[in-house]
Amino acid sequence: MSEFLQQVINGLSLGAIYALIALGYTMIYGVLRFINFAHGDVFMVGAYIGFYAFPKLQPLLGDGYGTAVAVLLAAMIGCGLLGVTIERLAYRPLRSRPKLTVLITAIGISLFLEYTGQLPVVFGADYKTFPTLIPETTYTLFGGVSIGSTQILVFVVALALMAALRVVVLRTKIGTAMRAVSMNMNAASLMGININKVISFTFFLGSSLAGAGAVLYAISYPKINPLMGILPGLKAFVAAVLGGIGNIAGATLGGFLIGTAETMTAGYISPSYRDAIVFGILILILILKPSGLLGKGGAEKV
Amino acid sequence: MRYRLLALTAAVACVALGGCPGKNDKPGTAAEGNTIKIGHYASLSGKEATFGQQVDNGVKLAVDEINNGGGIGGKKVELITEDTQSQTQGAQNAVEKLIGKDEVSALIGEVASGRTMAAAPIAMREKTPMLTPASTREDVTKDENGNVAAYIFRICFIDPFQGTVMAKFAFESLNAKSVAVLKDNANPYSVGLAKAFVEKFKALGGTIVEEQDYEGGQNDFKAQLTAIKGKNPQAIFVPGYYTEVSLIATQARQLGLTVPLLGGDGWDSPSLTQGQAKAALEGCYFSNHYSEQDTSATVQDFIKRYKAKYNGESPGAMSALGYDAMMIIAKIIKDSGKSDRETIRAGLAALKNYKGVTGNITIDEHHNATKPAVVLQIKDGKFAYHSTVNP
Repeated sequence: MSEFLQQVINGLSLGAIYALIALGYTMIYGVLRFINFAHGDVFMVGAYIGFYAFPKLQPLLGDGYGTAVAVLLAAMIGCGLLGVTIERLAYRPLRSRPKLTVLITAIGISLFLEYTGQLPVVFGADYKTFPTLIPETTYTLFGGVSIGSTQILVFVVALALMAALRVVVLRTKIGTAMRAVSMNMNAASLMGININKVISFTFFLGSSLAGAGAVLYAISYPKINPLMGILPGLKAFVAAVLGGIGNIAGATLGGFLIGTAETMTAGYISPSYRDAIVFGILILILILKPSGLLGKGGAEKV
Repeated sequence: MRYRLLALTAAVACVALGGCPGKNDKPGTAAEGNTIKIGHYASLSGKEATFGQQVDNGVKLAVDEINNGGGIGGKKVELITEDTQSQTQGAQNAVEKLIGKDEVSALIGEVASGRTMAAAPIAMREKTPMLTPASTREDVTKDENGNVAAYIFRICFIDPFQGTVMAKFAFESLNAKSVAVLKDNANPYSVGLAKAFVEKFKALGGTIVEEQDYEGGQNDFKAQLTAIKGKNPQAIFVPGYYTEVSLIATQARQLGLTVPLLGGDGWDSPSLTQGQAKAALEGCYFSNHYSEQDTSATVQDFIKRYKAKYNGESPGAMSALGYDAMMIIAKIIKDSGKSDRETIRAGLAALKNYKGVTGNITIDEHHNATKPAVVLQIKDGKFAYHSTVNP
């Protein structure tokens, strides 16, 4: 029983990170109706921003949570700006073109980031060890179930960011504008909403969540490399589709489900099947409920 | 989709480099020039980058010493190094290029058994001697029929021995009677070493309470470690490569698993103990080819020369093996006065009692070297000498 609970905790902490990445996919899909396949690589860049920011920030802020928060913010802002730049340079000129054109451009951006990152003058192809941001302490709960301080941090930050996102989307003017754009771009434009501004903001928000996810991922699995975004990116995409693409609550739910499914497969079936099961779930969802678990056409689309 | 693209890129690169098979059937052409060409293929980038970089440093030190001493019989050694990017396909492309385009007299490489085994058929086909410094899987020097591969040699011990060393160490020195194994199922080295360990440990009377797998490149091992924790082992044998081992150690400690981890020479890398892994691996043990703390004059002198060349950086076992591999090939060319592929092959097959940095090297009829192993303990992020085990 305690082993099962332990696997649940492991799965949820992995799922929290997938959920953060999935939110970016789902928000961008919500406003632009296309899958930003470069999202996983924005996530990768976030890990490197954290990696390079840490030695600069640590002397100023010392060890401990101040530096951890500053590294997180640096990665979020850096990724946000990267997302906005990608949208401005690569996607905006193609906005009136068929969706397939934008989709292929996104794949191009994805490969561009992956292989530029591997150049020795950029990040280099070798694995780098992500610095320890917070001291690692393990707490033993009831029945021998352990939870590490890193896992606690992952939960706290992920849940706080999800709550903040909810407030932004539902309670603020720009959030209302985002929802309006996602319902009908032309009508929103006629109502005086600046479409470009809203789309840029969506990219900033989605990409900064990927940046936060990247730092949380990197402190949990402190080996980073320029191809690290591919698999988490794909799994987060599956999570977004599972929950219902375009649906914020769905992306969160999907992320937690995928993380748990993956851990349970590794723990009780075979680690070799963990990725197969995740993508098997995607196929099942596409066959049985193409709109996803919470996707019911139009409701709370962002 | 991406993999297909990669394969396509690789195929295009192969054609572009002109290194594809079929056009070279004149081994030993290099000997007619003014230099002796030696090819080295190594993982200079990617997941096992420090393996390749360390061997490369060792080989380069040897080449420098040879060339500064006037070369071999008046000819300089020309070293051509190719990066495998820690990928099987990369190893095959590199070897095709080194043999076909550069027409090297002999090949050195790789460290990872899986990549050496992927490149070996090419060396066999082209009748080019290949000396691997550190691939320890048993069948590296065998061909597909299980016979001795005529052109493949190694100067390190093999996994059945290494597995035995760690099994005995766990059972006798650590007094562990129940051990769990966590191996990399996608890595031939890890699978072979785990098998050797399990067989010996059971033969000694110990119990393997849990066997779990992962696949190299994965990041999350908590599920497997949780299953292992449920069985309460007294130690965990993790015969993988350093990139995953440091993550495994960190996650094991996060889950409250405090028992020692044990491993093989795949752990030997300065990046093993970076970051959180430093504390997580404190006190753990692994078997290796040599110890920096060996007080013999050969070793200490090598360390001094290595540090002088590489800004005070310490040589790992991989550097020492790379150095020995290059020096052995040089000695064969010097003694025979010839540098064609057949002569080097015959020289390697007949190598006896070569006094290398990593010990006394004699290549047996299976093309393996029988050498002692050392057990190292990780102390404060450094590899401290613990004991020597003779074959």
